[in-house]
Amino acid sequence: MRVRLLFPDRDFDPAVPLPPWAREVIRDLRLDPVFDAMAAEDPYLRELVPKVALAGLADPDAIRYRQEVFLDCLAHADVLEGMRALALRALAAERELWGFGDSPSSVLYRATRLLDQLLPTLRALRALGGAHCAEFRSRGMQRLLDELLREIDAPFFAEAEAERAELELPRGELVSARLGPGNKGEDYVLHRGPVERSGWWRRAWPRRRSELTFEVDDDDETGHRALAQLKDRGLAASARAVADANAHVLTYLDGLRAELGFYLAVRTLTARLAALGAPFVRPEPRPTAENALAADGLYDLGLALTSPRPVVPNDVRADGRPLLVVSGPNQGGKTTFLRSLGIAFLLMQCGSWVPARRWVASVPTVLRTHFKREEDPALRGGKLNEELERMSATVEALRAGGLLLANESFASTSEREGSLLADGVTRGLLDGGVRVVYVTHLYDLTRRLYREEAERGLFLRAERAPDGARTFRVLPAPPLSTSFAVDLYRQVFGDPGAPE
Amino acid sequence: MEFAGLLRGPSGDTGDRSGATTRADLQLEPVFGAVVQGREEYDLLPIFRAPSGDLGVVEFRQAVFRDLERPAVRTAFEGFAGSLRSVRRSLALAQRLPVPYQGARWFLDAVREYVAAARRLSAALAAAEPRSRGLRELGEFLTEYLATAKFLRLAEESDRRGAAIAALRYTLRIEESRVTVGAFAGQAPFSAEVAATFARFPSGARERGTRAPRERPEMDPVEEAVQARVALLFPREFAELAAFRDREREFFDPTVARVDREIQFYLAWLDHVRRLTERGVPFCYPSLSERSKEERVLDAVDLALVGTRADPATTVVANDVAFHGAERILVVTGPNNGGKTTYARMVGQLHYVAQLGAPVPAREASLLLVDRVLTHFERGEPTADLRGNLLDELVRVHELLAVATDRSLLVLNETFGSAALEDALFLGREVLERIARRDALAVFVTFLDELAALGPATASLGSVVSPEHPEARTYRFRRQPATGQAYALALAERHGLTYEALRRRLPS
Repeated sequence: MRVRLLFPDRDFDPAVPLPPWAREVIRDLRLDPVFDAMAAEDPYLRELVPKVALAGLADPDAIRYRQEVFLDCLAHADVLEGMRALALRALAAERELWGFGDSPSSVLYRATRLLDQLLPTLRALRALGGAHCAEFRSRGMQRLLDELLREIDAPFFAEAEAERAELELPRGELVSARLGPGNKGEDYVLHRGPVERSGWWRRAWPRRRSELTFEVDDDDETGHRALAQLKDRGLAASARAVADANAHVLTYLDGLRAELGFYLAVRTLTARLAALGAPFVRPEPRPTAENALAADGLYDLGLALTSPRPVVPNDVRADGRPLLVVSGPNQGGKTTFLRSLGIAFLLMQCGSWVPARRWVASVPTVLRTHFKREEDPALRGGKLNEELERMSATVEALRAGGLLLANESFASTSEREGSLLADGVTRGLLDGGVRVVYVTHLYDLTRRLYREEAERGLFLRAERAPDGARTFRVLPAPPLSTSFAVDLYRQVFGDPGAPE
Repeated sequence: MEFAGLLRGPSGDTGDRSGATTRADLQLEPVFGAVVQGREEYDLLPIFRAPSGDLGVVEFRQAVFRDLERPAVRTAFEGFAGSLRSVRRSLALAQRLPVPYQGARWFLDAVREYVAAARRLSAALAAAEPRSRGLRELGEFLTEYLATAKFLRLAEESDRRGAAIAALRYTLRIEESRVTVGAFAGQAPFSAEVAATFARFPSGARERGTRAPRERPEMDPVEEAVQARVALLFPREFAELAAFRDREREFFDPTVARVDREIQFYLAWLDHVRRLTERGVPFCYPSLSERSKEERVLDAVDLALVGTRADPATTVVANDVAFHGAERILVVTGPNNGGKTTYARMVGQLHYVAQLGAPVPAREASLLLVDRVLTHFERGEPTADLRGNLLDELVRVHELLAVATDRSLLVLNETFGSAALEDALFLGREVLERIARRDALAVFVTFLDELAALGPATASLGSVVSPEHPEARTYRFRRQPATGQAYALALAERHGLTYEALRRRLPS
């Protein structure tokens, strides 16, 4: 039995840790507030959500599979929550039964107790699923409930409970073994005790009983310890089987906890944005090769969740253009725009809705970021080298159909040198089939790209109002040669040359 | 048939006094220590301490090494070694354990493993068709050995007894403190029933299993009592078990034991090679000459540095070595902590390891097969007695020159480094001229630039300085000073980030 709500054909493994590059993407796109809002202070979900979100899907149909489940989740959140609550309760029972002894007899003892908790949980899960199975529309939920009702049926419960009773060893322990290395017993196997002593039982003991029987004296401490070990050897395989049986059930419940948890977390975020009056829309995933990208009212979700002021939305029309170059004044909203794009791509790829009024985009095969690092004293002197190293690692992960979000990459060296490096990287990636969004103030670079990549490129500029003030809007425009640092200087120090 | 072993050359300390100093200066002892780690039972260090100047021996070993690089051959010997280790363990237990039949059973298992190991090795060697003389002759020896009447009887009888014991299955019924032994009647395992019921749930990473009680080779009193009753249940099988041991005490062939040790020399080095190769260190078989002093080595690294680095991510800088034409002495100059000592050590190591017949840490190497590597490394803090120190150094260098031949390699590191400038210059010139007259090869590390251009016998090697980061150590040495290049593009090239490099990395 499988949960399969995140993938139609495989399980999600919440135990796999986030890869190192994922931490960079989280940092660069400032995803923590987004994940915080989804997890709503649940530490389990806080750990889970980034793992699902960063393991983005590349196939539009796989994305639609999740979108359908999420629609079901929006419509029947109470059922999903009820199922998850049952799973959580059983998993908590397991933690309470946690013990130190891992000898077969103590494992068997605990496993039996746990089984006593799991069987009722499965009954309740079946009842809940049976009551609501007709209400769901998504392929994922329908498959899950069909399987649940089919597999854990009355015969299953009958067998499981009979085996549970046998575990009390009502007729003593009967095991068989072979002579292993050094003639010590090995390959111990527990058998059902005989109901009565007849038939094969008599054939098995042809000799006089006394010769083949021995008894450990009551006051023989060593002998009793050895006997206990022998009993344990006999129980080991069955203890393992029962513990494994529990583990299988718990794996299933674990899957419910994780996969239902993800959808419920996205729902939490949806509710939060509805309260803020911010649009959150079902994205339309397009095939990678189309290089589609059209967005209305796109905004930086992280900023919207944390900023007290309203955030400025942007529209983008970049269909068929694999290169986006964003230039313009410092602190003019370039990086925010880049983040809003990155977050929308990422959320679309994990099956969530996206922060925009409309979003139609090709699904990248892989998404990576390369952001300028803040000054790091440990790296002084080796900054360019560090940037190149990081870029090389990033490129290593990219392939045709991938998407690179670059923010002021190669700004750590002179403009001429930085532009030279950036030009090689950008065009090498484009010609390798990678989509590139490059935020930069390297004028040498933007001018060259504007001249030579007019077909493939869309050139955007952070807008400046006629009075010099920033609007934080990003609009199509050719690159400008002047930097706007003088503005900032004026803002902070007043007019250059004016008395202090 | 007589089989002369897999080493052919010296396999123990040759008594050469300078050998220990050389290994200490070249820091080879810790390297060899790491190489033989986990193989202490074979006593391999004497082999590593016995380099050979005999081209026949060295090429014999190189051929065996090459054979062992083929997975089929290597796996065969690894399996063989593992089997013989377990044979020795079982025999030790057979000696030690007091319970009747128990020792006899360990002995039987040891013999069966021995027989199987010898057969597997022979079959694997026949299938792999080794090219080296050493392994071909070993294969022939094994073929003959396996056909001897003694071996055939051993194999047949151990097999029969083993099969008889393995077929026995018995039951135990445990009620309170009473145990009853009986014959097995084919009952089904209960665990399978449970597993079948719950098979509909997914298996995952949650299974933890149980801890089986720690199994020691000794029997506890209950196991003893069980074995005694199983013996009553199956009297014939147990009697034959005891008789077999008494008959076959002397089964282990001494040549098989010798091969077991000598092959470990090769496997130990290849394991080390593999560990380093995984970290990007190239290895190659040096092409060796007993006469030509034209040497050419590409991308060599210092074994001491690369073998002891805790952080596997750090790459160790590789350097080239070359002697052209009449050149005999590489004079190495450069800033402190710039890797001069490492470089000198590396050149010495290359020649020493080549003498063992083993692959060396370089991408490509043509070397003189030297008769010995002679070293003088300045050690520790010099005492206040400068005159005494200098005298000691001169005595040591004189000793080295006395034994050096025109096939020796001298590695002199900061020799006369504590002398006054004028003295050091004078002594350096004198020593270099003597080396040149002796026609020996040498590496001479010095802070005296003047010594780098003494004549056609010397070649100057300088530390490469990076134009953009002149303060950074490159640990690279070149015959010429670096030409000023666009540092950024060089960096981009190194990181594979030029347009051309990216096109290669991202095939569309």
